[in-house]
Amino acid sequence: MIERLDQIFILLRDWLVHFLPANWQAVVATVLNVVAIIAVFPTLFALVTVMERKGLGRMQNRFGPNRVGPYGLFQPVADGIKALTKEDVVPFRADTIVHFVAPLVLVVAVFMGFSVLPMGRNMVLADMDAGLLFFFAMGASTELSVFMAGWSSRNKYSLLGAMRAVAQMISYEVPLLMSGLAVVMISGSLTLSKIVEAQNRYTFGLPHWYVFTPWGFAGLVLFSIAAMAETNRSPFDLPEGESELVAGYFTEYSGFKFALFFLGEYVGMFSIAGMGATLFLGGWSAPLAILNWVPSWIWFFGKLMIAMCLFIWIRGTMPRLRQDQLMNFAWKFVIPMTLVNLFVAALWRFVGPGWARWVVCWAILIAFYVLMGQTILRRRGLGPRSYRYAE
Amino acid sequence: MTPVFYILAILTLAGGLAAVTLKNTVHCALALTVAFAGLALFFLQLDAQFAGFAQILIYIGAVAILVVFAILLTRSSEAEASGGILSRHWLAGLIIAAAVFAVLGWAILRGAQALPQESAVPAVTVHQIGTALMGRYVLPLEIVALLLTSALIGAVIVAMHEKESAK
Amino acid sequence: MNPLTGYLLVAALLFATGLAGALTRRNAILVLIGIELMLNAANLNLIAFWRYGPHPEALTGFLFAIFSIAVAAAEAAVGLGLVISIYRHLRTTDLDAMNRMKG
Repeated sequence: MIERLDQIFILLRDWLVHFLPANWQAVVATVLNVVAIIAVFPTLFALVTVMERKGLGRMQNRFGPNRVGPYGLFQPVADGIKALTKEDVVPFRADTIVHFVAPLVLVVAVFMGFSVLPMGRNMVLADMDAGLLFFFAMGASTELSVFMAGWSSRNKYSLLGAMRAVAQMISYEVPLLMSGLAVVMISGSLTLSKIVEAQNRYTFGLPHWYVFTPWGFAGLVLFSIAAMAETNRSPFDLPEGESELVAGYFTEYSGFKFALFFLGEYVGMFSIAGMGATLFLGGWSAPLAILNWVPSWIWFFGKLMIAMCLFIWIRGTMPRLRQDQLMNFAWKFVIPMTLVNLFVAALWRFVGPGWARWVVCWAILIAFYVLMGQTILRRRGLGPRSYRYAE
Repeated sequence: MTPVFYILAILTLAGGLAAVTLKNTVHCALALTVAFAGLALFFLQLDAQFAGFAQILIYIGAVAILVVFAILLTRSSEAEASGGILSRHWLAGLIIAAAVFAVLGWAILRGAQALPQESAVPAVTVHQIGTALMGRYVLPLEIVALLLTSALIGAVIVAMHEKESAK
Repeated sequence: MNPLTGYLLVAALLFATGLAGALTRRNAILVLIGIELMLNAANLNLIAFWRYGPHPEALTGFLFAIFSIAVAAAEAAVGLGLVISIYRHLRTTDLDAMNRMKG
């Protein structure tokens, strides 16, 4: 019974497909998988937008939207109707083809990333041998759409926002890949389902998630910093900050195309959070061995929602980073930390099990963190503030 | 020759042709990206999955962005240069390119009978690639690592603002 | 016509297109775009021969192509850095205007 609840979506799909002749079954099964992903994640996106607005509102000591529906829960419906019925204004001197294609490329690239995430036991759309590489390749393709959006609008502010966004995304792509690389090194495979299998073991009821190891904890922190920067999420949202550049690279988009960009950004956040959960938090495995009766997909989506709450919390709490602070942080702090993390992961593997590796690995990580904080990111001695008045 | 092959061939060749003939440089860079994507799909068609994903990650995710940044930093997308888009000796270049294609095409079609026919799909796992890289091909791997480091340092030094000779 | 011939012809055509672009365009960046196309065509050739040749399990052609991708990326970076540096000096990317050694 528990296994049936765990595999309920697989069983449902197989039941729907067995009515068809044998040579159609594989194709229709794949199509049903794709339809499920395309149905689930935009619905989750709608839920998360209202959760974010209410969460941010509460953090800022105000209510969020509370007019449309009970507790404002139908706000995404109102937003959707607004986005779909607004007039689609394309600037006169804009490059029409590139302007049209940019949101499409973003949404396609972002949705392709979901095909390798294991959302439950046996619930991967395409269990590719080099799944992690495919995911990061799709993430890299989104940068080009950001540039296309900013350039095709022929608007200096859009172009500036696009260049800043692309510079930020390529800077933080290196730590994103390298913090995932420690996981690949330890689990010995690029296949995401095998990475989850390797974490699905329990000692004394506690799981073998990689976040409970020194390099895994540092890796998760670095991965989430890089993930927030990759998706242009506060505190790294200078390219799209409302008070800075109007709306950055999607200034000239209105109506449905803007809704597509918005969808692409949030769905990108889901997929990177899902990847973080798969790599470090054990994907669909339960936190305690006794909780294995809860279906695996509930654990995966639960971890995804917790990651979303974390993103929203950090957005509401931290101030925005300036572009040069952001780039300094990436190249001078995060990348050396990921390199040290890789070294620590290797040390973890080769010292062998026992208490020695815990002490050594934590010592190296903490020492390096303190060293980096004291030397490379030392605050420059600021003089007294000088004011310039208009004479 | 499957229809997929023809579609990919048309996509890639159209992208390549657009990349060298369009007037607006940014359009050329975007057409180049389409050609890269077509090539990645070719690699996937040829059962070289790792190469296909690496092509997308490196070429579309980094080289295309680099080309686009260079175009923006050198203002090549703005005011049209006097004298058009073709260089002075464009006819010679075109003839040379056509001659190269003629020679290559003749060589391919001549030796078409001697080329291998269908062969079994090689099962390439990432594990095998890793073992090969760390075993037989470790020297090229280390040399490529040195090359990339020196290219990184060199590109930064070449493109850095020169502080002394600025004024 | 067997599949290998098809792939080789596409690669040859792409190579010729890249060569034509590198030799006929006036802008330095377009020359680099042509060079990237040529390198990609060579990669396609390598992978096609790896797939249809003897001993694909030795992974020779495959790894050759991967190294070629890495080297091409490095060369694009350095080349574009040079173009940016020259632009800063001469205020143009027009290759026909860069016909003097005196800087």
